[in-house]
Amino acid sequence: MELRVANVRKEFERFPALNDVSLDIRSGELIALLGPSGSGKTTLLRLIAGLERPSAGSIFFGDEDASHKSVQDRNIGFVFQHYALFRHMTVLDNITFGLRIRKSSRRPEKAEIRRRALELLDLVQLSGLEKRYPTQLSGGQRQRVALARAMAVEPNVLLLDEPFGALDAQVRKELRRWLRDIHDRTGHTTVFVTHDQEEALELADRVVVMSKGNIEQVGTADEIYDKPVSPFVFGFIGQSSHLKVRIENGEVWFHDRVIGIKASDLPDGPATLYFRPHDIELTDGCSGCIAGLVTVSRRIAGTWHTEVDVGAGHEKIEVSLNADQSAALKGGRIAFRPRHYRIFPTN
Amino acid sequence: MALANASSERWKWRQPSVIPGFGLTLGFTLFYLSAIVLIPLAGLGIRSASMGWGAFWSLVTDERLIAALRVSFSTSLFAALVNVVFGVLVAWVLVRYRFPGRRIIDAAVDLPFALPTAVAGIALTAIYAPRGIIGQYFQPLGIKIAYTPIGIVIALIFVSLPFVVRTVQPVMEEINREVEEAAATLGASRFQTVFRVILPGLAPAILTGFALAFGRSFGEYGSVIFIAGNLPYKSEIAPLLIFMRLEEFNYPAATAIGAIMLVIAFSVLLSINLIQAWSRRRFGYGS
Ligand SMILES: Nc1ncnc2c1ncn2[C@@H]1O[C@H](COP(=O)(O)OP(=O)(O)OP(=O)(O)O)[C@@H](O)[C@H]1O
Ligand SMILES: [Mg+2]
Repeated sequence: MELRVANVRKEFERFPALNDVSLDIRSGELIALLGPSGSGKTTLLRLIAGLERPSAGSIFFGDEDASHKSVQDRNIGFVFQHYALFRHMTVLDNITFGLRIRKSSRRPEKAEIRRRALELLDLVQLSGLEKRYPTQLSGGQRQRVALARAMAVEPNVLLLDEPFGALDAQVRKELRRWLRDIHDRTGHTTVFVTHDQEEALELADRVVVMSKGNIEQVGTADEIYDKPVSPFVFGFIGQSSHLKVRIENGEVWFHDRVIGIKASDLPDGPATLYFRPHDIELTDGCSGCIAGLVTVSRRIAGTWHTEVDVGAGHEKIEVSLNADQSAALKGGRIAFRPRHYRIFPTN
Repeated sequence: MALANASSERWKWRQPSVIPGFGLTLGFTLFYLSAIVLIPLAGLGIRSASMGWGAFWSLVTDERLIAALRVSFSTSLFAALVNVVFGVLVAWVLVRYRFPGRRIIDAAVDLPFALPTAVAGIALTAIYAPRGIIGQYFQPLGIKIAYTPIGIVIALIFVSLPFVVRTVQPVMEEINREVEEAAATLGASRFQTVFRVILPGLAPAILTGFALAFGRSFGEYGSVIFIAGNLPYKSEIAPLLIFMRLEEFNYPAATAIGAIMLVIAFSVLLSINLIQAWSRRRFGYGS
């Protein structure tokens, strides 16, 4: 089912947790909400679920305005970070709960409920554990039960709040791949929250980057990484270095020299140059480059993380060099030019 | 939830544990239990055995004692049941809502623990007597509260309330709000969430609270005798009979009644513990 979040705002006792957020989610899409702690990811997810009411704006399920529907009526599946399983019920009872409590007119036959639950157990690779209680399962197994329970009601949309947050790195990786697999097989529209960018970039069809209650950018993993639209996104996704520069007549200046980068579409004035530390080329001599003295160089595996003191103000900037580049440095001097970069005017 | 937290494992002498001192603590526990609880209880048995079978039997089958035991048992049971309902409600309000005066109410729950029971008894009698603040409204309806079993129940409800509240409250605090939200996302109404998710999860704690409240009520003396009226066969409780035998210096009879009460209380508490052990095995709690 398609989802549309339209100009939603959410305040907690005057504290704005979300400011005017809009988002379209396509049917069958796997979408990640990514952002630092406190950026409003959980709040947005809970608003979609109906566990919170928006202060303003609406949420559409398909063409229908669901803003005033209760959680119960939205028919969503929600997976919590800490599983939230019913501990006095077996795995099977947990999974079938949503079906068993339905009114008799909407409730499938007993045998059918059981069949469906066992099928789901098979899907989440827990066949044979249906008689266990949650306390008798590992964290990863519990989370898979939670997912099966959420899917049992055939929800319009699956919402997952840091589903793998409480698990160790190895299990996370496994479950990540497995979630992608399940999504491809079942085709549920799925929204999941994470603050692990690797998880978001690897798993999601599209990533929503959030910061301070705003959506900064929505795009595929490539778009987010290669064409970040704001300094925040550039800094948040992957490694980045930045340098305060000045734009004059479409040329980028650093102090009293041009650095060999054109910026013809930007207005004159101060700006910040962002680039990836490894995405640079060393230059011979310096007619248009960034030049400076190496202050520290730490080697981590095949990469030299090198701190460069540039310009008169002794600004520090970090670049990553490979073995050849590192060997080519003479007398601690370095001159380079970023290959790919973004310039954001300072305002 | 001391009762419910015991290990659900089958009997094993010693479980691997990071905390040393198993032998020492077990030894101390046994010594302490013996000195404080078991030796006096054994004394009770020996003392009452000294009176001989015949005397014991005629005492046990005494109509007045049987009536008193029946009053004690039924009022305690009733008070404990009432407290299960209202104690859980009080705990719920204290855990779930933030309102002005919450801390005061929270502290007030413990008052029956601290108040000398005789004071409570006298105060309750004054209130529920035919001309008391509350009693006067029941008088015209033909309902007598003080000096009847109803009065006994009220006194017992008063003294045993904290047991239910204080056993249920911490467990309730641990219930994750997420669990309720999970139920709601699966389509459960408020009602279904409470009765199919929350209360079943609390059942072991509620059962423990019930057992404690019942135990306390069954042996209660101080607060009851003032309000009970102590009419033989009607509102006379078993502990009062013990007291009367003591005043007559008839110690064997007093200890014999004590022993009978002990057997009854013990069987109730034991069966509750067995239910809990069973539910633990079934639900895998506490592991
Ligand atoms: N119930 C609430 N009452 C008051 N403030 C809240 C409430 N829930 C969230 N907030 C605030 O709203 C902001 C966004 O919170 P939210 O939980 O959505 O962040 P998040 O992106 O999920 O962070 P995290 O990665 O740490 O889970 C935070 O500043 C938080 O303090
Ligand atoms: Mg969160």
